[in-house]
Amino acid sequence: MKQDVSKDTRDGTGTTGARSDVVLPSLGLLGTLRWAWTQLTSMRTALFLLLLLAVAAVPGSLFPQRPANPAVVTQYLQDNPDTGPVLDWFQLFDVYSSVWFSAIYLLLFVSLIGCVIPRAIAHFRAVRSKPPRTPKRLSRLPVYGTLEVPAGRARDAGLTPTAAVEQAAVLLRKRGYRVEVRDAGTERPSVGAERGLAKELGNLVFHTSLIGVLVSVAVGGLFGYNGQKVIVEGDSFVNTLIGYDSFSPGSNFSDDRLSPYSLRLDTFDVRFDRDQMSHYGQPLDFTAKVTTQDGPGEDEEQQVLKVNAPLTIGGTNVYLVGNGYAPVVTVRDGEGNIASEGPVVSVPSDALYTSLVVLKAPDAKPDQLGFVGFFLPTAFVDEEGVSFSRDPDPFNPQLNLNSYYGDLGLDDGTPENVYVLDTENLTELNSRNNDDGGIVLGVGETYDLPEGKGSVTFDGLKRYVALDIHHDPGEVGALVFSTLALLGLTASLFIGRRRLWVRTGEHPDGRIMLEYGLLARGEDHRLTAEAKAVEKLLADRWLVPSGTAGEHREQDAAQSAAGSGHAHHNAKDN
Amino acid sequence: MPLPVNAELGQVSELFMLLASIAYVVALIFFVLDLVKSSSTIGALESRLADEKSAPARTFAGVGARESGPTTAAVPTGPATADDSMDYGSGPRRGLARVAVSLTVLAALIHGAAVITRGVAAHRVPWGNMYEFCTTGAFLVALIFLVTLTRKDLRFVGSFVLGLVVIMICAATVGFPTPVARLIPALQSYWLIVHVSIAVASSALFTITFSMSVLQLLQTSREAKLLAGKADNARFLRLVPSALSLENLSYRLNAVAFVGWTFTLMAGAIWAEQAWGRYWGWDTKEVWTFVIWTCYAGYLHARATRGWTGTRAAWLSIVGYLCIVFNFTIVNIYFSGLHSYSGV
Ligand code: HEM
Repeated sequence: MKQDVSKDTRDGTGTTGARSDVVLPSLGLLGTLRWAWTQLTSMRTALFLLLLLAVAAVPGSLFPQRPANPAVVTQYLQDNPDTGPVLDWFQLFDVYSSVWFSAIYLLLFVSLIGCVIPRAIAHFRAVRSKPPRTPKRLSRLPVYGTLEVPAGRARDAGLTPTAAVEQAAVLLRKRGYRVEVRDAGTERPSVGAERGLAKELGNLVFHTSLIGVLVSVAVGGLFGYNGQKVIVEGDSFVNTLIGYDSFSPGSNFSDDRLSPYSLRLDTFDVRFDRDQMSHYGQPLDFTAKVTTQDGPGEDEEQQVLKVNAPLTIGGTNVYLVGNGYAPVVTVRDGEGNIASEGPVVSVPSDALYTSLVVLKAPDAKPDQLGFVGFFLPTAFVDEEGVSFSRDPDPFNPQLNLNSYYGDLGLDDGTPENVYVLDTENLTELNSRNNDDGGIVLGVGETYDLPEGKGSVTFDGLKRYVALDIHHDPGEVGALVFSTLALLGLTASLFIGRRRLWVRTGEHPDGRIMLEYGLLARGEDHRLTAEAKAVEKLLADRWLVPSGTAGEHREQDAAQSAAGSGHAHHNAKDN
Repeated sequence: MPLPVNAELGQVSELFMLLASIAYVVALIFFVLDLVKSSSTIGALESRLADEKSAPARTFAGVGARESGPTTAAVPTGPATADDSMDYGSGPRRGLARVAVSLTVLAALIHGAAVITRGVAAHRVPWGNMYEFCTTGAFLVALIFLVTLTRKDLRFVGSFVLGLVVIMICAATVGFPTPVARLIPALQSYWLIVHVSIAVASSALFTITFSMSVLQLLQTSREAKLLAGKADNARFLRLVPSALSLENLSYRLNAVAFVGWTFTLMAGAIWAEQAWGRYWGWDTKEVWTFVIWTCYAGYLHARATRGWTGTRAAWLSIVGYLCIVFNFTIVNIYFSGLHSYSGV
């Protein structure tokens, strides 16, 4: 279609004079724009863009994505030095903010707006206009039927064709139709009725709400922020920029948006499944008890934070997203001074909380000290002498460490990762592979480092929680609009939009004849049922048997489609 | 604190599940027998009619009777037992099909018992891991099929639908066997009840429309062949209504399922907001839920776009269903993401 038109246009402007009778007028800039706009807002384009969007979303599930897993992307790039950069160039690690993905959905939404506005105007007109005029031949409508009131009954009830039409109009209005009586007092009066305008309204609400959802998402991205914080039992967090371990602001963020509340982790309780062998040790419950304060000097409040049950405070939501053990360790240096002291956050690597520990003591003298190893909540030793954890609860907590001395490389100002120890410029003191062996510590035990470099003590154990803190001002909008979309969608799909006409006339012998016809706009499989219901309603009104007196007929589906005058009308199955 | 699970009851549930799948297989066999027998009955009738050169083939509400598009006016497809309205009453008695439906009811009852005992044993809704999604989902497929049967004669898709039900139960018991267990904290939310139940119910509906769309494609090509005067080499399709009426009914079911899926997506977003602090984060599972949603939105659009109804719309419905299957199997098992609850 698209190609045909453009070809016609080019031929038209190129072959001046040759066949002037068939030359199309040059479109000009305005014409071209209008043409492009018509193309963009056509159903076919909308369909194409929708399907394209579905396809374009897929790569985001195949490749690691930066916003979710920056570290995995970095790793992927390292592992695939050839293909990685190419993929990166195509923005396959940032699919949902990529140029091409954005282009598709923006075009789709432009098309959507271009579609909704004219439809909304048309709908507004339709609502204000009268029900459509009565067709000359009702018998041509997809559903058609007749009914007759015997002469005697008509006479007794004083029924005239106009009265019958008026009574039918009342019944139809009660049934939810808008009605208009026509030609009253003539020989062939009729009533035109229409219902189901809410179908189109629903469709408009649905499509408009999609725009609302998109805008809400954008608002969240512009003005929201989120951050992460790890808190060990007993420690506090204050909602300021420096309080966060990591922080990602929206593009329009300014730090005066942070409300300076504080939050202290009092205790963190974990329950594991103990009575079922098949799921032994599977987590059952995580509960953090916290004390919050809306700001300096405000009252303290005890609250409970659980998975699936965030805390709301200071315009943010606080989520419990992770937890682990923080062994409390004291490091003394070669001069006997305390170089590092306190809980060390370890990173669990499996369901049994086998956790990675990295400890840096940059203040140690004469040499800086570094430790790396594992924390095991319930340590066991296998046949090969390797320690492993057998349970997520701390029944036999143990630290297994290697130690290093030298330059930790922290002084040159490059940002450090606290969970990684760069051993390149360090000298190994303890490890499973050297004579001194690795360091193995139970709670309360101390190990003196070789060569008088100092000592390390495992003082005790605490738990920590990892919190995600979010502020999203678009959230409410997204919820409201998506709910509206759902309601609109339901209305649009399940309300039948139909037109109905009843025409009456009087037979010379005094019988009052009624004929009615129905027409659906859009899919409507209940049209016949509706006809039957209306016929019964009318028959009951005049106490005539329905269905017997009258003829009742459904027409071919295709004919109904042709008659509907509705561009996207489908043949119905009646 | 949740109560400890009842392991014995869990075993009872597994036994029920086994019995149900056996009953389904027998019902499936009867559905297939019915197809074979009915199409040969019709064949015989047809040749008798042809011999007598009597009344036109309309006796049995011929395929395509009510259809008269630009190209398919009066398709000479011969008789069929299936009326396009898919109402009961036309065509010869189908004893085998009745047995098949009765057996399906029996199987569904046992299946329901299996699902319920599983839930009682675990003291929670029975949809917390892959095994449970599959088995509860299969139950819903059977239930929706049976409920639809009370209103429309859909026995022609019986073998198809039951085949999928059996596959789902087998996939659950062989692929994802999981003893009864309590829920991990990430799943302890009432959104599990809302979100997953609607997701499973919508998928069940999509399963049925998938079957119908496949039949629609087969029927379309058969109709085209017959129209071109070629031999009918897919006689069992006489039991199946015309492609057009298949399309129309599956559109209605798809519309319901699409609203369900939209709700699934929204409920998932609300739950994600509660659990992870953002309502949408393009997690793999979210991506695929979105892809499926967009695909069926495309389907609904296609039904309203000239040139895209019929076969193309049916393909979109099929592709949408394949995405659902992909989302449920490959994505759950092989893709890493936050939805690591599959229990495999
Ligand atoms: C964000 C992209 C879009 C989505 C997700 C979407 C989704 C849908 C859905 C689910 C329906 C069926 C339900 C109903 O009838 O309300 C629908 C119908 C419809 N859409 Fe869209 N749509 C989108 C964009 C568009 C665009 C750009 C247009 C205009 C070119 C459009 C025009 C229509 C029309 C005319 C219908 C009614 C079809 C009928 O008469 O049955 N849509 N849309």
